Amino acid sequence: MHADPRGVLTGSHFLDGDHAACEGALAAGARFAAGYPITPSTEIVERFASRVPMVGGTFIQLEDELAASICIQGAVWAGSKAFTVTSGPGFSLMMEHIGLAAMTETPCVFMDVQRGGPSTGLPTLPAQADMMQVKWGSHGDYETIALCPSSPQECFDLAIKAFNLAEKYRVPTFLMLDEVVGHMTEKVVIPPADQIEIEPRRFTTKKPSEFKLFEPDADGIPEMTKAGEGYNIHVTGLTHDERGYPNMSPAMQDTLVRRLQTKILNNAEKIWMYDEQNTGDADVVVVCYGITARIAQRAIDMARAQGVKVGKFRLITAWPFPDKPIRQLASKIKAFVVPELNLGQMVREVERAAAGQAKTVLVGHAGGSVHRPEDILKAIMEVAR
Amino acid sequence: MSDCQLTCPANPSEQFLRSERIPHIWCPGCGIGTTVNCFTRALVEAKIDLTKTVVVSGIGCTGRVAGYVDLDSFHTTHGRAIPFATGLKMANPKLDVVVYSGDGDLFAIGGNHLIHAARRNINLKVICVNNMIYAMTGGQTAPTTPNDVTTSTAPYGTYDPAFNLPYLVEAAGACYVARWTTYHVRQLALSMKEMFKKKGFSFIEVLSPCPTLYQRRNKMGDGLDAMKFYKEHSKIKHGAPTNEVGLTKAGEIILGKFVDRERPDYQQMMNAHFHEELGDRYIEMEEPVCS
Repeated sequence: MHADPRGVLTGSHFLDGDHAACEGALAAGARFAAGYPITPSTEIVERFASRVPMVGGTFIQLEDELAASICIQGAVWAGSKAFTVTSGPGFSLMMEHIGLAAMTETPCVFMDVQRGGPSTGLPTLPAQADMMQVKWGSHGDYETIALCPSSPQECFDLAIKAFNLAEKYRVPTFLMLDEVVGHMTEKVVIPPADQIEIEPRRFTTKKPSEFKLFEPDADGIPEMTKAGEGYNIHVTGLTHDERGYPNMSPAMQDTLVRRLQTKILNNAEKIWMYDEQNTGDADVVVVCYGITARIAQRAIDMARAQGVKVGKFRLITAWPFPDKPIRQLASKIKAFVVPELNLGQMVREVERAAAGQAKTVLVGHAGGSVHRPEDILKAIMEVAR
Repeated sequence: MSDCQLTCPANPSEQFLRSERIPHIWCPGCGIGTTVNCFTRALVEAKIDLTKTVVVSGIGCTGRVAGYVDLDSFHTTHGRAIPFATGLKMANPKLDVVVYSGDGDLFAIGGNHLIHAARRNINLKVICVNNMIYAMTGGQTAPTTPNDVTTSTAPYGTYDPAFNLPYLVEAAGACYVARWTTYHVRQLALSMKEMFKKKGFSFIEVLSPCPTLYQRRNKMGDGLDAMKFYKEHSKIKHGAPTNEVGLTKAGEIILGKFVDRERPDYQQMMNAHFHEELGDRYIEMEEPVCS
């Protein structure tokens, strides 16, 4: 299925990452957004508020992020594609409804433009310190999908991808920007609508008497319907059976929670996206994402100029973490260098995936600016020695 | 064989219930089931399109209503039924969205959402079953618990001032505000029916006993005693000023329709505003699109 041309601003533009993410959402078919103002994410919904009345859809500014993150789920069950945007403190408030969306298998998109934390932290300055929160922030076991753009163009492209993945797997999906990517302005090319692939919602064609809202298809993912169609659906955050009725037996809990996990993990190889460069002959591989991947590129170029065999593995999908390709690389190289704008988050995943086959070195940064390429270079040179 | 056949006419409420989920979890003497009975009668009499009627609940004893009504129904998170319902209604204005929840859910953890939905005049029908206690969790003090009531978290009696719900909701902007008790089943069903015809944010408070955790702990008897209490202490005063209808432990209970006013709802305001500002460029949504 192709994009609805009404939402697609085809052409070559000069946009910041926040605005590009908004255009991606519109191109993906999002016609509903709810939000609460928070720097540095607000520009996304500001643009949506100005664009959506002429595209056909709704923006509502709510009283807080708790409301915004559940309002979009009401809109989804009414039949819309919907999203919300926030940054650190607001993201903390949204954790409750990430769990609800995971449990009720509600396809929706959250965009988190990361800033320095904890608490109010650095409202206007970058970090990449919500990377574990996005995976583990809500209580209980669940899997979601998180993508990391490193340019405004990718904010557009991956916003579309996020909506498509949300629909395909009936799962909340996250676009994890950082303040620098959100606020940097670059060329963004928006293709014609008929060149944008859109994943349609998995609306059932079964009759109400034959349809069970949480009965998985062969791929582990259930079909959907919406309110007002005569299906008399029941959706609850309680542990539930295939009809959606509460069933709090340990056996039901096991069946449901394991399926919520396996529907993502069993499809992880289809979900993984990464950008791998010069890893064929590499002794050292820099694993990076978001804005840090662009700083790392400078360090890699500098190391290569000095004759060090360095490759790059840029995470586009952060979750589910692409552990298999990292493990394969680990068997062939000396070390991974992991620069990130936090004091050690995704590095733990790299280390887990490497499973002792290669050394893993963090180049941490508490946030507030980007790394100096020299600091990443220094780590590369040390492990290459 | 006799030609006189004994027939058992179906309970008129049954068609609205997920009978496979009965028996329900509510205690003997609890009033929530009574409110559901009134609700089903209102559905019959209001003659609305049931396929377009949606029930949204939060968490708690009343939060379980969504699980028993055979309509599209959503059992959401604690306090957040109203913003979920707002999303449903805003994305598909053709739905009739009912929020059915308890006093703790709507006025403590969800209080901020409630006042803002009333302010915006979102076209929602809110039924608040007020048992003056947190019942599901074992009888803790609620924002509606009157003074000098023993609760599990106020073992020497409550001293927190309680909210007067009609006064709060009227001040926040509701178009329709009424209060009944589970003794007043006909009036309650009529009020619910009237609410279905109303546009804008509408609110009904239903006083409902919790014999297990409120009555028992306060030596106020059982469910039947609660009915006698409601009968003896209630006074119907339609149009009573809401600042005069606050509740106490043993005092008078003022009931009736307190507010019935017109003001454009959120969607009307939004559409009118965009048509005026944007003219032909505005695309008014009638049904959600998922393309």
